[in-house]
Amino acid sequence: MNIFKKTILKVLVFLFVVGNAYADKIKIGTEGAYPPWNSKDAAGNLIGFEVELAQELCAIMKHDCTIVEQDWDGMIPALLMRKFDAIMAGMSITAERQKTITFSQGYADEVASLAVMKGSNLEGIDTPEGINLSLGGSDVKKALKTLTGALDGKTVCTQTGTIHQNFLDSGDVGNVNVRTYKTQDEVNLDLTSGRCDVALAAAVAFTDYADKSGKPVVLVGPTFSGGAFGNGVGVGIRQGGDDAIGKRDAKLLKDFNKAINTARKKGIISKLAIKHFGFDASM
Amino acid sequence: MDFDLMFTSLPKLLGATLVTLKLLSASLFFGLIVGLLFAILRLKKNIFINKFAYGYSYLFRGTPLLVQIFIIYFGLGQIEYLRSTFLWVILKEPYWCAIIAFTLNTGAYTSEILRSAFQTIKPGIVEAGKSLGISNKIIFYKIQIPIAIRQSLPAYGNEIILMMKGTSLASTVTLMDLTGVAKYIISTTFKPIEVFIVAGGIYLFMTFIIHNVIKFLEKKYSFNN
Repeated sequence: MNIFKKTILKVLVFLFVVGNAYADKIKIGTEGAYPPWNSKDAAGNLIGFEVELAQELCAIMKHDCTIVEQDWDGMIPALLMRKFDAIMAGMSITAERQKTITFSQGYADEVASLAVMKGSNLEGIDTPEGINLSLGGSDVKKALKTLTGALDGKTVCTQTGTIHQNFLDSGDVGNVNVRTYKTQDEVNLDLTSGRCDVALAAAVAFTDYADKSGKPVVLVGPTFSGGAFGNGVGVGIRQGGDDAIGKRDAKLLKDFNKAINTARKKGIISKLAIKHFGFDASM
Repeated sequence: MDFDLMFTSLPKLLGATLVTLKLLSASLFFGLIVGLLFAILRLKKNIFINKFAYGYSYLFRGTPLLVQIFIIYFGLGQIEYLRSTFLWVILKEPYWCAIIAFTLNTGAYTSEILRSAFQTIKPGIVEAGKSLGISNKIIFYKIQIPIAIRQSLPAYGNEIILMMKGTSLASTVTLMDLTGVAKYIISTTFKPIEVFIVAGGIYLFMTFIIHNVIKFLEKKYSFNN
């Protein structure tokens, strides 16, 4: 390699490092399609619980933040490719994701649920109100067995790359016919059209949709938590390292953890959760 | 670069290639029938038939395939009346929705390819047939159609390749074709580059085969030997 090429390469590397690592501006990625966690208003502006929480956390951290939109299925790859520095997109903390990225402490948690259209024969399946897969025990086993029977041969729809898909793929409810979609909107559309017998997502995603669309979508079966459903929703951040960028990521994780503590103590998270979810989903 | 992942994802992606090939062959088969039908309609003197055929090809060549597949899958699915008719049996299945969209799309392009091929046939050839006392029907089936097919081979080969790549849109309506399975693997491994390179390689290989088959046919049916 001649000196000319070397110089150009050095300049490029310098620009890359300066442009990404030392910019004090933090970019936060969100999906903008999973209300009430995050969504968009009619004008295309990002809104929702996490958008407001991100602004609060940035104010506490005294960082200058911009919130950018990213499709759900490319969320973690985009973080790894440094398109942004943190994910706040209703992303649950799971062991599978922790192999690739790291998470701050959880800031909110809420349960998953199955949903059907009113009049479905799945309405009124006899299960406990909620099951925690981490706890296990005979109640959970019995509930899963009931669900396995009820869902046999049914088409269950869910969003690609979610904890809900992981759960359906895990075989806990037998070999159901899983159909995956790019966004929750599309799941809702196909649930109402009747292509899906039943859908699985965050319970609030369905109640929010039922409220706004007026469609007779109803929750059935138990609410799910624990196990494949992870341990609450946290801020996704790249795993730290020894180089300059890695150190910056490690510091960002600390900053977020501190900021979440502060926001929790001040009651900011609870207030925002009640505003958007209708109940206190903060943790 | 995670070469292990590339190796382990290969069998899954090859399995999904079967779905892609099924979608491709079904839509090409139906598309060729639709295309031939509309090419013939385009050659009719009747202005209404002519405009109708032109309108169809204009509509489907003038809008993106993604929009067409969304309208057929999500759009038609929202019409409550349709859901109570027998059509819903077909439209309920993403597989058939994809084939309908692909068929109508490739049919529009095929009709244009065949129409221009018909129009390039020298009038002298048809006149020679007539002067030999061969009926119009036989001239059409035994002379015009074979020549038109030969003339349209290069352009139609391109259309097959475009359609093959177009089938990747089936993944947007939940079908687990090559792209669909690639996206699924990425959603659990978070490594898009590796998986898409393997998937891209498979698409490239299919293009290679299609390209060479068309080239062979072109040579075989060439007028020069």
